[in-house]
Amino acid sequence: MSEVDMSLARPLLEGVSDTGAGGLKLSVQPLRGMVTLRADLSEASVAAAVKAAVGSDMPGVRKATDTALWMSPDELMLLMPYGEAADAVAVLTEKLSGVHHLAVDVSDARTLFRLEGSAAREVLAKGAPVDLARDKFAVGDLRRTRISHVAAAFWQSGDGPDVFEILCFRSYAKYLWEWLEESSREGSMPGVL
Amino acid sequence: MLLIDCPCCGVSGEETEFAPGGEAHIVRFGPGSSDAEFSSYLFDRKNPRGVHFERWRHAFGCGKWFHMARSTQTLEVFGVYKADVTTPPQDILDRVEAAKAEGRVK
Repeated sequence: MSEVDMSLARPLLEGVSDTGAGGLKLSVQPLRGMVTLRADLSEASVAAAVKAAVGSDMPGVRKATDTALWMSPDELMLLMPYGEAADAVAVLTEKLSGVHHLAVDVSDARTLFRLEGSAAREVLAKGAPVDLARDKFAVGDLRRTRISHVAAAFWQSGDGPDVFEILCFRSYAKYLWEWLEESSREGSMPGVL
Repeated sequence: MLLIDCPCCGVSGEETEFAPGGEAHIVRFGPGSSDAEFSSYLFDRKNPRGVHFERWRHAFGCGKWFHMARSTQTLEVFGVYKADVTTPPQDILDRVEAAKAEGRVK
């Protein structure tokens, strides 16, 4: 019997939108490998397994590193190049044998956007009930919340000033893309953040 | 608009990030109970004008369930506490009593 290929292996959307206010640029990121890990995050063995799998220290509460996102008190989202998720799961499973945990490859479940530009936090603030003032939300800060009506997580990346990575379920990606585009329109910024 | 502090992840969020889960601390009547008890367990809910103990879930955030005591009259939140208890903690009951004594809630 032939293998069923469950990998979608292509972004749902492609493109870059840079028609927004203040040099805003919205882009769909290339596919990333994603592994969801549920475990007691305070255990040293879990931190060691995360380090071994994706090379990241354990992120603090509501924090993101380059490859590990804090999603809830017992849940991390680990990022790696697309196609390496199975290897990461294998590393986690080996390092955490005997430790109560769950590690699953969810690479195809979500779409990653990047919104950059000085008005990026104003755009996000239109849809998310989060304090995005510069002194309240900085590089490495992450919130799992909603944007408009859909569940999403976003964090401020260290790749440059005002770069935000936005993660949402693939099935909502088109909606969120259109919402972000609409909310980025020239002349629509309150100009308070 | 309710402002809610999630006791599980510490986020101070607003109501739309959370989902209400109805009245808290309902005692289950299962096999062997009378029809009246079982019916009451299934259907009878308080609908107070004043202090209400409720279950909530941080639906768009960490996803955890927790308990909250609030006033349905003024939307004052007296406190949040963990999901795995059958009665509210004493400090929240004290705050409710203080609010009653000051006449803020019935």
